[in-house]
Amino acid sequence: MAGTLAEKVWSDHVVRRGENGEPDLLYIDLQLLHEVTSPQAFDGLRQEGRPLRRVDQTIATEDHNTPTIDIDKPIADITSRTQIETLRRNAREFGVRLHSLGDAEQGIVHVVGPQLGLTMPGITVVCGDSHTSTHGAFGALAFGIGTSEVEHVMATQTLPLKPFRTMAITVDGTLRPGVSAKDIILAVIAKIGTGGGQGYVLEYRGEAIRALSMEGRMTICNMSIEAGARAGMIAPDETTFAYLKGRPHAPENALWDEAVEHWRSLHSDDDATFDAEVVIDADALEPYVTWGTNPGQGLPLSAVVPGPEDFGDDTERSAAERALEYMDLVPGTPLKDIAVDTVFMGSCTNSRIEDLRAFVDVIRGRRKHPDVRVMVVPGSARVKLQAEKEGLHEEILAFGAEWRQAGCSMCLGMNPDQLAPGERCASTSNRNFEGRQGKGGRTHLVSPVVAGATAVRGTLSSPGDLLDAPVGDAPAGGAAAAA
Amino acid sequence: MEKFSTHTGIGVPLRRSNVDTDQIIPAMYLKRVTKTGFEDGLFSGWRKDPSFILNQEPYSRGSVLVAGSDFGTGSSREHAVWALRDYGFRAVLSSRFADIFRGNAGKQGLVAAELSQDDIELIWKILEENPGTEITVDLEAQQVRAGEAVFRFEVDEYTRWRLMEGLDDIGLTLRHEADITAFEARRPAWMPKTLPVRTED
Repeated sequence: MAGTLAEKVWSDHVVRRGENGEPDLLYIDLQLLHEVTSPQAFDGLRQEGRPLRRVDQTIATEDHNTPTIDIDKPIADITSRTQIETLRRNAREFGVRLHSLGDAEQGIVHVVGPQLGLTMPGITVVCGDSHTSTHGAFGALAFGIGTSEVEHVMATQTLPLKPFRTMAITVDGTLRPGVSAKDIILAVIAKIGTGGGQGYVLEYRGEAIRALSMEGRMTICNMSIEAGARAGMIAPDETTFAYLKGRPHAPENALWDEAVEHWRSLHSDDDATFDAEVVIDADALEPYVTWGTNPGQGLPLSAVVPGPEDFGDDTERSAAERALEYMDLVPGTPLKDIAVDTVFMGSCTNSRIEDLRAFVDVIRGRRKHPDVRVMVVPGSARVKLQAEKEGLHEEILAFGAEWRQAGCSMCLGMNPDQLAPGERCASTSNRNFEGRQGKGGRTHLVSPVVAGATAVRGTLSSPGDLLDAPVGDAPAGGAAAAA
Repeated sequence: MEKFSTHTGIGVPLRRSNVDTDQIIPAMYLKRVTKTGFEDGLFSGWRKDPSFILNQEPYSRGSVLVAGSDFGTGSSREHAVWALRDYGFRAVLSSRFADIFRGNAGKQGLVAAELSQDDIELIWKILEENPGTEITVDLEAQQVRAGEAVFRFEVDEYTRWRLMEGLDDIGLTLRHEADITAFEARRPAWMPKTLPVRTED
């Protein structure tokens, strides 16, 4: 029978088919853990005297609470330190592999899994973190779960679930220069809304998706949850195999061949039917930016701040009113006139090596705008090492930006990296919710290249806007490229 | 998990859509390693505003939250459900819930009842015209009753059964442990293994 990619991976993992309205029992190949959503799950196991069933399919890292400076010193915030220490104790007690702060494999859980080669096509991945959808970029079925489910997977390596619906998101055409994966997904969310993907697995397909690197595909799948989807997926292809080959945990020799043979079968059949379909024209896309307080409130950067009257629907109109008030924006203002205080380049959405390269390509030889604080936070210690090997950090420092240690950092401000009340930030992260980056902070979601251009000009900008300001023509007295 | 059949309590109209889990409980409260005592974090950003609904009597004693569409979006934090539960909420009514939130609620005995947006609007009106109106959430009959009005709500049949029986999911799954073991024996050898540890160096 013809099937979609998601249906194929699902049926490969059914331990027991549910009958009479019961859910299926789905096998989980890989569980990723971090310090925030795991302590209560470990406690649950302890209370019931249950072992962690498959430590060899479980890996933990420290990311949400970890500081991005002075990582050799004890963590100053006592509750953060306790949470990290709790993870270390639990990992020891249950025999779970953990990459701690200071370890070369430490980093954001969704950066670490793929870079170790643990995330593979056709597997199921869960984590107590909604951005687990990231791993779908490999053709894995990957989704975020709550702590009760984390405990359930620890104890049984399965989850009772009803099959997800499927939605095809076809992105035809070619992206223009300065437009990237982030703009595709922001445009998708603006189109279908924050609840549009509810109950669905989104499968991204089409020419523009095929042309993306694995990093770009991860950016897109990462934000599937912002459209309310259970997961995002992209069929594996030569780009996927090339990324995986030779990674520490990728299969080798005969097993590699066997795996690739199976992976090649993981695509939606031509005659498969999706429950819903959406088409996006890549040629028409511009850099996108959000103006409001949910990721669906986004527009092309050339647009103006909308007014409540631009929305036909009562709910959207009142949401826009609230958002404009919180964001302190006046309808009709060109988005490019919005000045920011901070640029945050990082998060599980955009902190991989390619993201850093794209950012540096824009800022190369320039100085940051004097009124803007620029923070660059690599997604993992491994990404940081790679960037330093390429000399990217020197260009970032010469630009006037801060070059930090790996972690979730200002994406959610659980560590000291936070916005002050009223501060405005252009952020490559994934959520522009009220207070997400710090109480009273205001977030505009952007791509790495828009982050770079904004850091140069001080207002929301695309790389195209820098054509008027050639390299070396530093604004406001900054010395040109120091390196 | 405690069994849930029917609950009656003061309804709280929260006229906002897209109430994300960062609003339900901000990240700063997620540093705790316990599973209870999260009531202080519930809507903590909004509760600083004296005019916020939970700062008003009798709503501060409410136990049935009536919210706008797309409730519980964003982060997977189960802390959002713990915070609602610890504050005293037993049910949330909305026209649409985020999937992960709804799943988490079902594990913790919090009923996430889905009604049409028109019904939500009617209930808001009833609650605002008569503050303190008690709402009954009858899981067995799949009904919400507010004043004279009766509404049907949707809830996943399996979740409803589990909530009414107060059943622990893990215990249910472990009854099929033989099936899990048999499945594991069939898994291909190329599947990822986190141990023994391999790294780039």
